Amino acid sequence: MIDQRSPILRLLTLLLATVLGLFFALPMLWLITAPFNERATLSVSIPQPPSLANFEVVFNNQFAIRALFVNNLIIGGGVMVLIAIVATLASYALSRTRVPGSDLLVYILILFSSVVSGTAAMVPLFLLAYRLGLIDTHIGVILIMTGGLLPSAIFIMRDFVSSIPRSYEEAALVCGASPLRVFWDVALPLVRPGVVVVAIWAFVNAWGAFLVPLVLLRSPQNMPASIAFYSFYSEAGTPNLTLVSAYAFLYTVPVLLLYLLINWRFGFRFFGGIKR
Amino acid sequence: MEHKPSIFPARIGILFLLPALFFVAIFLIFPFIWVIIISFTNQTLTGATAANPQFVGLENYARLFDFSRWMRSGEFGASLLITVQFVLGSALIGQAGLGLLIAVLFYRRKGWARRIVTTLAVLAWIIPEVVVAFAWFAYLDRDSGTLNMILSALGLGKPDWLFDYPLLSIIIFNTWRGSAFSMLLFQSALETIPPSYIETADVAGASAWQKFRDILVPLLRGHIATDLILITLWTFNVFTPYLLTGGGPTNRTQLVSIYTYKTAFQFFRFGQGAAIAVVMMFINLTLALIYLSTLRRQRVDA
Repeated sequence: MIDQRSPILRLLTLLLATVLGLFFALPMLWLITAPFNERATLSVSIPQPPSLANFEVVFNNQFAIRALFVNNLIIGGGVMVLIAIVATLASYALSRTRVPGSDLLVYILILFSSVVSGTAAMVPLFLLAYRLGLIDTHIGVILIMTGGLLPSAIFIMRDFVSSIPRSYEEAALVCGASPLRVFWDVALPLVRPGVVVVAIWAFVNAWGAFLVPLVLLRSPQNMPASIAFYSFYSEAGTPNLTLVSAYAFLYTVPVLLLYLLINWRFGFRFFGGIKR
Repeated sequence: MEHKPSIFPARIGILFLLPALFFVAIFLIFPFIWVIIISFTNQTLTGATAANPQFVGLENYARLFDFSRWMRSGEFGASLLITVQFVLGSALIGQAGLGLLIAVLFYRRKGWARRIVTTLAVLAWIIPEVVVAFAWFAYLDRDSGTLNMILSALGLGKPDWLFDYPLLSIIIFNTWRGSAFSMLLFQSALETIPPSYIETADVAGASAWQKFRDILVPLLRGHIATDLILITLWTFNVFTPYLLTGGGPTNRTQLVSIYTYKTAFQFFRFGQGAAIAVVMMFINLTLALIYLSTLRRQRVDA
């Protein structure tokens, strides 16, 4: 399409785009430069020469490494698997059986999960975990995070399930396949992109979570990377910049890779839509 | 609504729904009810009131709404006022405004400028919260932070952001953090507007502002309402600013979410914490009901 606007308007647009770009980019610069500076400071300076010394410190820190490569993977993986299974089953049932008012039900559910969220929900959830003996366990964190993320996951997943044509499943049913077989062999392969998107979304959410593990976990060997990172900058009075800079980088890279994967495979867009 | 035949027998459908119902019942509905019960007790974590909490009636609520002191620094009223300013500034003006601006600015345009700005906004949204909080701590540092480097190079001085303007700092931080949601929502909403509407207006010689006011805003009204209510709910509950300021200095950024956290999990006064949680959830519920009624009105209009 030809841009018919006046040169002045185009210049203004470009100027505004530059300001917006800088607004978003400037706070993130430190995350890219500091890890590779031999002496990390709070300022942004191009490393000359680039150094990996900060990373060496991280890899020699047992607590940091265990948090990132063991605990975060357990929590992220657990939430991911549970959400993928439970959300797929539920959204398939909501889409393919006639449950009256299922549309409204999903909306109410997602609103309810926004109502019972954050620190307000943590008070009863902590006491619940306490009574069930789930304090300081990964399974407690996984279950509570799954409960919180599930309504949104069903919301996202429903879009994918609704978009696949029913004719394949109907044809398989006519041929005499059982409903379970139709789900497993016909529907599931078709909704696989949805399962992947929801699984990654759940993983990224669990990967970055701070409040739930902060409230539920106690012992250092169980802490995920978010808590480890927080302790590196809040506990000693002044932040340990060597550790913080390189750890921030290692902790963020998986999220960026998953974003690129989604972008490349499906195009990052508004999953779950606000279609009504 | 069109009528689709059921592929699944109902009993298998219910079987498939069971795990989800389990999670919703245990981790959403039960806590919602339980927290109301706890709010009428003096439950603590340790001591005699841990195992056998006593019913204290409305005492927790009375303390919360003790108007002789509730606007004092660190009290509930003061936290509520800070939260209202935070939600108005960072969600309604900041995120929704910036999201709409970006979406409209690049409306019907592809190209690198749109790609770069959109990607940067999304990155700010998806990077783990502790990491962005620390990145902002570095960014706002008085002596070596990037922001003050730029400002002092322009001759604008070196304010100590987190000390002199803590509330403004977390408002801008949260705008930066969350604008991507509104942006993506408005971008996908704009894509549903038929190009012919704009083309007709172009032929009629409408200005950019007229097109925005008379075509885009009316068509986006429903999406704007959806966006405003969702981000209001989320911003009201957000805990991330705690990672940047810890609620300080001297409680000047103590949002209600942080106040709840401190009461329940630093002082372990669960009864009191539960009462705050109940008040918060009822504010949330009110917002959610407004949202549902807007949705229904739109459905009637459509």
